[in-house]
Amino acid sequence: MSRFRKALLAAFAAALVASPAPAKKAGLGRPALPEEIAAWDIDVRPDGAGLPPGRGSVKQGEALYLARCASCHGEFGEGAGRWPALAGGHGSLRGEAPEKTIGSFWPYPTTAFDYIRRAMPYGDARSLSDDEVYAITAFLLHQNDVVAADFVLSKENFTTVRLPNEAAFYGDDREQAERHFWTQEPCMKNCKPDAKITGRARVIDVTPEDGNKGLKVE
Amino acid sequence: MPDNPPPPASSRRRFLAAAAGAGTALVAGGARARTTPDPHITEIQDWNRYLGDGVAAHPYGKPSKFERHVIRRDVEWLTASRESSVNFTPIHALDGIITPNGLCFERHHGGAPEIDPSKHRLMINGLVEKPLVFTMEDLKRFPGRMNRVYFLECAANGGMEWRGAQLNGCQFTHGMIHNVLYTGIPLKALLDEAGLRTSARWIMPEGADSSAMTRSIPIEKALKDCMVVWGMNGEALRQEQGYPLRIVVPGWEGNMWVKWLRRIEVGDQPWHHREETSKYTDLLADGRARRFTFIMDAKSVVTSPSPQAPLVARGPNVISGLAWSGRGTITRVDVSLDGGRNWTTARLDGPVLPLSLTRFYLDFDWDGRELLIQSRAMDETGYVQPGKAELRKVRGLNSIYHNNGIQTWLVRPDGETENVEVS
Ligand code: HEC
Repeated sequence: MSRFRKALLAAFAAALVASPAPAKKAGLGRPALPEEIAAWDIDVRPDGAGLPPGRGSVKQGEALYLARCASCHGEFGEGAGRWPALAGGHGSLRGEAPEKTIGSFWPYPTTAFDYIRRAMPYGDARSLSDDEVYAITAFLLHQNDVVAADFVLSKENFTTVRLPNEAAFYGDDREQAERHFWTQEPCMKNCKPDAKITGRARVIDVTPEDGNKGLKVE
Repeated sequence: MPDNPPPPASSRRRFLAAAAGAGTALVAGGARARTTPDPHITEIQDWNRYLGDGVAAHPYGKPSKFERHVIRRDVEWLTASRESSVNFTPIHALDGIITPNGLCFERHHGGAPEIDPSKHRLMINGLVEKPLVFTMEDLKRFPGRMNRVYFLECAANGGMEWRGAQLNGCQFTHGMIHNVLYTGIPLKALLDEAGLRTSARWIMPEGADSSAMTRSIPIEKALKDCMVVWGMNGEALRQEQGYPLRIVVPGWEGNMWVKWLRRIEVGDQPWHHREETSKYTDLLADGRARRFTFIMDAKSVVTSPSPQAPLVARGPNVISGLAWSGRGTITRVDVSLDGGRNWTTARLDGPVLPLSLTRFYLDFDWDGRELLIQSRAMDETGYVQPGKAELRKVRGLNSIYHNNGIQTWLVRPDGETENVEVS
């Protein structure tokens, strides 16, 4: 195939994905200013796209974490009460009570940076500087045995850090792995010899008591 | 006579009451003949004699106080904080297919913010020819406005039931769902306005709330049927449903329907953010995890009878339930009264729309026998809702999300109904 035709086909395939034929514009909205985009576009991807300039050490992160995060997430990231744990849980994913933390479960460290920067501390979002987010992320990576105690995390070295569970994730394969849910003709008569009760909610009984409780809610 | 009967008590309390009053609890057959006249007929009632409320009494109407038990409820032990929590739609007390606005379950991750629409902006940036900013007024001037009914189901609906029957009430086992008529514009119109670059493969909606919620959505879906909406069931979005603006992602996980929508970024790769890595990934028994399991599989539940809506009389009764599929239209629902041994095809009634809740009924005569009621949905792709055991065989017990297994309700001879599992 000629290079030209290949290019044409590629362009055509791309056009199929990205809506064909230049659509008629409504002429609504106005151009976004660079300052406006910079104010809101703070998202970070696993390849490092979106990381702001900056750096922070595990040591700096520890002090910040104890002041701003530990009351909910525990001094070591183990989670206080029912607040989420951020460290630990290694080797728990196949067990009865998997503990999904940054170190035991999350595939990418950029996710922690992005999330802390956009949403934490809970109830006081966007109050950390970029250097502080680097430092706290470094500390949490250290709590999860991913980096050493003297590590300094920066925009430059971020993508060299990998999390141990990255390879465990794969795309939705339900249409193959669960194909039999599509192919079985549903049985209508005498489908099984008997139906015995094997479990009851009443035994565990964690259902909220009654209407009055619901009525209390603001 | 109290003019305001207490809301139905917990099933445990009701069970005790029913047991104490056995005999009288259940009326056999049809209406019982009376020997004395009914005073509700023979005596002139206050509402018949005195004037009712004037038109200025309720500028915004509310349900009758006799319906005050029909409310969203939450499960306190589920989460550490009420601002990052969930409550549940009282589906056991609703009928038809549309969920009233004030009863649509809520799930938010940093509380429901109050946003002045005159200060709200929607930005489109990233891989577009021209990054744009819209006001609410701009959006409402867009050509191509449309109305569509879609269900929204939280991927964690039923998540507490993976290890076994836990909660007594379909409000709690299946109530992270609602079905609403949305008003807005196709997302495609906005993306076209900004002009997609040819490298565009994913979009990322972002919320204006304190969790600044983000999810990655493939561009094919964004262009196919996603909407940007400001209206629900004919009025403005409720605050807790994203006022003034949310994205609608038909048939896909509720978490992706970002509320308080302030920005859509276009990119060439997914972002792998917290809600698509730490959360909303399905951990399987072998320790691996499925990600980007966006579609909600076909599912159904009998809403009445159910633990919060027990049977109260023998003779004619109506089994009522809901079915839905994120892959299209519901084509058939079967109901079993004997724990899945024998099935009868139910009657679908009302609009049967793709990616919408569908109402089914089975009229039957109850002779007071113990029942094990189940329902099984099928959709236009040929998918048949699996049993819980079948589902656990492929998914294990740890996957939290996407529990669409067949639900069983045990109806006892006294009418009390309980969440059980059967072999
Ligand atoms: C007032 C309590 C509180 C404080 C203080 C707090 N967090 Fe959180 N954090 C939460 C809650 C609640 C969530 C879960 C939010 C949700 O459900 O969306 C959370 C979630 C997280 C997560 C994601 C956990 C997961 O498994 O997905 C990370 C990471 C995190 N917090 C980091 C931090 C850091 C770093 C700080 C300090 C800068 C901090 N948090 C301060 C309450 C808190």
